Amino acid sequence: MAETVLEFKNVTWRYEGTPKKGRNALEDVSLSVKKGEYVGIIGANDAGKSTLCRLCNGLIPNSFNGDLSGDVFVNGRNIKDIPTAQLAGEVGSVFADPEAQLSQISVFDELAFGPSNLEVPREEIIKRMEETMDIMGIRAFRDRSPFSLSGGEQQKVAIASVMTMTPEILVLDEPTSNLDPIGTESVFMIIDELNKKEGMTIILVEHEIELMAQFVDRFIVLDEGQVILDGTPEEVFSHRDVFEKIGIFVPTVTEIASIADKKYGSWDGSKYPITLNEMLDKIDERL
Amino acid sequence: MSNSAEKKVIAKVINLEHVYPVAKGSEGIHALKHVNLEFYEQEITAIIGQNGSGKTTLSKHFNGLLRPTSGQVIINGRDVAKRRVSEMAKEVGYVFQNPNYQLFCATVREEIRFGLKNLKLKESEIKEKTVEILDEFGLRSIAGKQPVSLGMGTKKVVALASVCAMDPEILFLDEPTTGQDQRGKTRLGNLALQMKEAGRTIMIISHDMEFVARYADRVVVMTKGEVIMDGTPEEVFSNEEVMERAMIKPPQTYAIANHIRDKDDSFPCVRLDADLTAKLLTEKGLLK
Repeated sequence: MAETVLEFKNVTWRYEGTPKKGRNALEDVSLSVKKGEYVGIIGANDAGKSTLCRLCNGLIPNSFNGDLSGDVFVNGRNIKDIPTAQLAGEVGSVFADPEAQLSQISVFDELAFGPSNLEVPREEIIKRMEETMDIMGIRAFRDRSPFSLSGGEQQKVAIASVMTMTPEILVLDEPTSNLDPIGTESVFMIIDELNKKEGMTIILVEHEIELMAQFVDRFIVLDEGQVILDGTPEEVFSHRDVFEKIGIFVPTVTEIASIADKKYGSWDGSKYPITLNEMLDKIDERL
Repeated sequence: MSNSAEKKVIAKVINLEHVYPVAKGSEGIHALKHVNLEFYEQEITAIIGQNGSGKTTLSKHFNGLLRPTSGQVIINGRDVAKRRVSEMAKEVGYVFQNPNYQLFCATVREEIRFGLKNLKLKESEIKEKTVEILDEFGLRSIAGKQPVSLGMGTKKVVALASVCAMDPEILFLDEPTTGQDQRGKTRLGNLALQMKEAGRTIMIISHDMEFVARYADRVVVMTKGEVIMDGTPEEVFSNEEVMERAMIKPPQTYAIANHIRDKDDSFPCVRLDADLTAKLLTEKGLLK
């Protein structure tokens, strides 16, 4: 059994300035993530997804004002006791807008920035940068300005700049929402590789549910600040009624199977597919 | 185009070419190459293609933000290049992909009022219209909030609402669904349908093929500055060669239909949603 690297214990968070009638951004959330797990976080807008990310990397409570109860542990230590800079080295963060994250004049400097701030020795920084450039396939951009790159390339550099701090956990909050389909797919491939080959623990917030379904081990579904479903893709998508109620899509192939089953009585009783390929395999049996 | 015969042409793109200048002596970037298109009233057209295919460059010729290198864009019979940008803003509403480029007021309410004030409406009309728009877009509870404090998805709704408040004849939406959940997408789609019913011409630039398949009457496919196809969603998404050239994955419904049609060409090429797909698969006996 892999060790727990991230744990929320009865976490409730309320942003400062929330109106009296307004609800808490997170309400009594408890969950734990094991080393090497690939977790997808889904939910409607304002369900608490970004808040959950901010608690993983310590932006809450360090940079946001509000009331926190409960505890968040990273590698067994309470985030309240870990300085933000140090936590940045343990939990890497990537956001929707890579331009907001990049600041240096070249990709090379961008990759050196994080570990330099953590006072990593020079030789070690260079070694990490060389490795990261290969893993991420960005060696060709080494001397270019990050701002001259396409959105997909920028997002890869943003991920790479976090990687050189060698975090164990990577938290990505809608990393593909400003990318075109090619950029989106390349970022998904990179994240998958970091998970499968490098063994990184991944917390991914996205709206691209069909794409996520191909990759994640586990989905956590948030609604109004609470965890309402938590399980494998098959488990969570079997609760189609819940998805309908909270207003998010299940993959189209899952919906087709469900309609065939419930409305047309033409499903053979097997598990509903969650990816296009599973559906096509199924159809091929009779085609 | 089946219905184009009866419908009025609102905008016409004639041999439009745009070259972005680069350093002296080099050739420039050929972003649009002889594009010809017509847009009709009461129509939702999706423009799809990868980044760099020319979609946004095309759209910026509609409000005069870019001037053609050669060719013309004619709106309601008048050449856009001969008109002022400020004048075009009333006819062509443009909602940017990144709402941060568009929002600058202190509150959501002010953001909606801004355009209405520019239309020189009376204060009583401005008040009435503002309340109407805040309700229609579900923004009432956050009317007093600062736009910068909102999430990306909500910011986009605010940007759209502020443009729709001015009721432009042509509405350009650049990537409207990014950062939106299902409710947000459904709301956006319904608003587009409503505006269409009211006679407006709507152009949607999008990478969201599910959204395009659901709401567009017509799909224009661009690659490398050229229009490579112009047809109904079912025509476009079932053309595997065009999809491949444009590097676009069709929605899962059409991907299933295309897969079946490779072996059984009697599978119909029709407008598909999840329900119809389930029904057709049932009739073909492909599930049980």
